[in-house]
Amino acid sequence: MKIVVLSGSKVGSKTKTAMDYTVKAIHDKYPDADVTTIDLAEYDVQFSDGRNYLEYEGDTKYVAKTIMETDAIMIGTPIFQASIPATLKNIFDLLPVNAFRNKVVSMIVTAGSPKHFLIAEQQLKPILTYMKAQIVGTYVFIEEKDFYRKEITNDDVLFRIDRLVEDTVKLTETFTKIREAKEAAYNF
Amino acid sequence: MEKYRIDPSKGLEFGLYTLGDHLPDPSTGERISAQQRLHEIIELAKLAEEAGLDFFSVGESHQEYFATQAHSVVLSAIAQATDKIKIASSSTIISTLDPVRVYEDFATIDLISKGRAEIVAGRASRVGLYDLLGYDLRDYEELYEEKFDLLRKINEEEVVNWNGEFRAPLKNARVLPRPQNGSLPIWRAVGGTPASAIKAGYAGVPMFMAHLGGPVSAFKRTIDAYREAAQQSGFDPSELPVSTAGFFYTAETTQQALKEYYPHINEGMKKTNGQGFPKQGFAQAADTRSIINVGSPQQIIEKILYQHEQFGHQRYIAQMDFGGVSFDQLKQNIELIGKDILPAIKKYTAKN
Repeated sequence: MKIVVLSGSKVGSKTKTAMDYTVKAIHDKYPDADVTTIDLAEYDVQFSDGRNYLEYEGDTKYVAKTIMETDAIMIGTPIFQASIPATLKNIFDLLPVNAFRNKVVSMIVTAGSPKHFLIAEQQLKPILTYMKAQIVGTYVFIEEKDFYRKEITNDDVLFRIDRLVEDTVKLTETFTKIREAKEAAYNF
Repeated sequence: MEKYRIDPSKGLEFGLYTLGDHLPDPSTGERISAQQRLHEIIELAKLAEEAGLDFFSVGESHQEYFATQAHSVVLSAIAQATDKIKIASSSTIISTLDPVRVYEDFATIDLISKGRAEIVAGRASRVGLYDLLGYDLRDYEELYEEKFDLLRKINEEEVVNWNGEFRAPLKNARVLPRPQNGSLPIWRAVGGTPASAIKAGYAGVPMFMAHLGGPVSAFKRTIDAYREAAQQSGFDPSELPVSTAGFFYTAETTQQALKEYYPHINEGMKKTNGQGFPKQGFAQAADTRSIINVGSPQQIIEKILYQHEQFGHQRYIAQMDFGGVSFDQLKQNIELIGKDILPAIKKYTAKN
């Protein structure tokens, strides 16, 4: 199973910290999983200009192609100005409309204020649904107070990430199995 | 319709089109040479003519996995190799070409073929050719509209005076040679959406509508929007032909047709577009209401007649060679079209 762990921002360290822990949790639990980490702070991704994703070059093509070829994506996002960051929205804009068909997507949100809790629900989920993702319904919402010097200090958050990793793998496995059985039944 | 060389009393025209894709056969992973692919396309046109088909067209795509970038050259070889079948582009990307040269080429093909050439002008769904040929993608819409207008002007006027943004002005220019009967049928290539179709309607030009998948009823809205726009712009929709173009494959049973064609579509689209064709959607192709014409000859006949009843279109163009379909399979398809499908379609759509 291919999993992309995407850290959706160039700013700050909290989302990156959460995603680093997520990668560790995947490795611990599912050592066979093929995990690719994409931290957008490390890539020079251009703004979408509407072309097919295969026609980009360099980092932009690498990021788009890696996401297109995976089975599951765990998205980490901060909330800026009551919204997902432009860097993350740009990733969606780079991809085709049905980019997440047959892919499982889960979310980890870091935010400076509990007032942002519903942004993933009301802003991020509709985008993922439109792009045909199988979404893990629950997401992990992490507040500033749960971090100290680039570490997560709240065990409850760590437990929740562990469970989200499990749910993501579980949903990917079951969904893939059911889809494959259904497709085999078409007999073509 | 006469201007576009279509006689509706003879029933729905049936043709083939190829994008000139050059993809491996997914069952073997092998890809024939570009040379062999080109020869097979020309051969396919000859077989289509022998089977009684009305039309054959070749598109240009300037990207990996395609072989007919110089589509007008391929068409001129087909013009020489055939006698009766209508030949056209599907489509010519007019945005990144000089309309004067395009017209010279196609008028020449028309003379070589003795009056059988047509142009379908599109603007490309992929954008790599803008870089390759030295155009700015930001001019995407304007390039197309200006050059398409100029192409039509050259078709209608023997002496052209023209000024525009993307080409040197023309002063009392004669674009020669002229086609056999004075003008060429020129179609506007349209994606499946009403927004795209109404532009063809506004200008009162024939519409060549491509479709991937979906219900016939959705594409009917597109065709209705086209005719409505034409009417509002003062054109008579009953004088404007409509062509539809999409995936086609036939075999003895519908199940067999789905089984044989699906891997080609799925693997081919993965390579050219970066996404396969969902199997669930392809399974719906078996339904008469789906626009994908894949099935047994009987099922295809029902589908095409249903589409004709809904659309009232004048021509249907089948794409059956996408994704490395072997030439033997193509021959079998043409055989079934000629033997079963075409006679039934003509019988039920011709007005006696």
